[in-house]
Amino acid sequence: MSRFTWFNATALTFGFAFLYLPMVILIVYSFNESRLVTVWAGFSTKWYGELFRNEQFLDAAWVTLRVAFFSATIATVLGTMAAYVLVRGGRFFGRTLFSGMIYAPLVMPEVITGLSLLLLFISINLDRGIFTIILAHTTFCMAYVSVVVSSRLVSFDRSVEEAALDLGATPFDAFRSVTLPIIMPAVVSGWLLGFTLSLDDLVIASFTAGPAATTLPIQIFSSVRLGVSPEINALSTILIGIVALGVVTASLISKRNLVRQARDARRAIQAGAEDAREARAT
Amino acid sequence: MDFRRVSLIALPYAWLLLLFLVPFGIVLKISLSDYALSIPPYTPTLDITGGWPAIRDFLGQLDVENYVFLTEDDLYWKAYLSSLRIALISTFVTLLIGYPLAYAMAKAPREWQPTLLMLVILPFWTSFLIRVYAWIGILSSQGYLNQTLAFLGLEPVTVLNTNVAVYIGIVYTYLPFMVLPIYATLEKMEGDLIEAAQDLGCTPTEAFWRVTLPLSRPGIIAGCFLVFIPAVGEFVIPSLLGGSETLMIGKVLWEEFFNNRDWPVASAVAVVLLLILVIPIVLFQKNQEKEQE
Repeated sequence: MSRFTWFNATALTFGFAFLYLPMVILIVYSFNESRLVTVWAGFSTKWYGELFRNEQFLDAAWVTLRVAFFSATIATVLGTMAAYVLVRGGRFFGRTLFSGMIYAPLVMPEVITGLSLLLLFISINLDRGIFTIILAHTTFCMAYVSVVVSSRLVSFDRSVEEAALDLGATPFDAFRSVTLPIIMPAVVSGWLLGFTLSLDDLVIASFTAGPAATTLPIQIFSSVRLGVSPEINALSTILIGIVALGVVTASLISKRNLVRQARDARRAIQAGAEDAREARAT
Repeated sequence: MDFRRVSLIALPYAWLLLLFLVPFGIVLKISLSDYALSIPPYTPTLDITGGWPAIRDFLGQLDVENYVFLTEDDLYWKAYLSSLRIALISTFVTLLIGYPLAYAMAKAPREWQPTLLMLVILPFWTSFLIRVYAWIGILSSQGYLNQTLAFLGLEPVTVLNTNVAVYIGIVYTYLPFMVLPIYATLEKMEGDLIEAAQDLGCTPTEAFWRVTLPLSRPGIIAGCFLVFIPAVGEFVIPSLLGGSETLMIGKVLWEEFFNNRDWPVASAVAVVLLLILVIPIVLFQKNQEKEQE
């Protein structure tokens, strides 16, 4: 690799400072004693206590978690099916429309998605609440899941699947016992992505929630409009902490898997070499 | 065609038709309706039980009045233009900051790269709302930026509730979308090419402009689309960081719908926004398909 110049060092330092400084400030000031968020008045964890006594936030958090769990799960099932159909399904009637509908939600402005779904729910007289948010979130999370899963399906060696079929497995069995284990990491990360996207969504939830259900982002948004508050800082710190923990754990696990794969490959090569030596010796 | 294959295709297909395509049809229909003081707040409403005459009567009542209204009131076309301008400038600034970062990441020692990549991905997973919120405390009049300026003996600046704050917000939140695709193309690039260019007499700077930059073009294009398209319809950033001078179409649509309760006009705004974005969306998909080949 080429040498590490001062230019690269500066770019990295400034780039990452820009990305992380706002979050670091947010976290530091969540431990501020004062209600005035911008004035430091000593260390305190009292805003975390306030947060856990705030019924509205707790209710909203519970709604959000349920919505995220169900949307991510349904979206993972449908998204994996869609990815499989797109990559392995061959030709079928309306394939172009299908792939367009899969990828369009990725770049569609949220205000349009939210508005169109709300108008649908109203025109079929569906009462708005947790159920309608789940329907809406499933639809846009599905797109992300199928992108993640289809990139994995494209990259893996198809001959393993064909071997299973040649050996007499039905397509369904081949999928369950060969394809699914191979694409499992992508399915899991698709689920996680869907879960965080749903957890985070404000715009689509605002349109589809109705007065009956309030999610955490809706709650945060309405209180942030009134200005910065130490409770929101505490809540943000908790959410950032959970995400950081999840991402670091996931990357450690995938690193461990890579190390194990490399070790297995090395062993296989060594075993092969020994076999060859023995074969030569005899 | 066995039953399993049909159901495998049909289930996600039906879901998307019902919850993605049909809703657009409804938006289109309501954009052709008239505002009314009723529930739902528009007329006409379709009553299929009336049979064919009812449907014909219903179609006869639809008109393009709301679209004519959008061209007459200059609020709307100014908002479209201003959204496009804000998105364009932000995309350019994001590229200026994102490219050196992606370049430095690709040139960093191999063993650092997974960690650096994780550091870019982490903010992407963190709540969008929270990352925008973090800037309110920094940019407000009594905020950390002005405290720092005062400490250095400089004049305070007004940034929050201006367009500058909106630019900062968009660049900050969308930076990972720019860095990741550029990094992906740079990382695949072979170091030999640069060496070859230098052996043939290029200075390092020339080698960058004539070899590295052209080869990273697919990543730049993907990154720019990923920032530009959602930024045009952005709502959260202009409503939290922008001020009265900030005119963005996502915010106009939101206010038309929630504050004025004028659903037909809000729907017409959405249809026009979609028409404006169709061109970049199609170009983006073309670029992605070319990449996969």
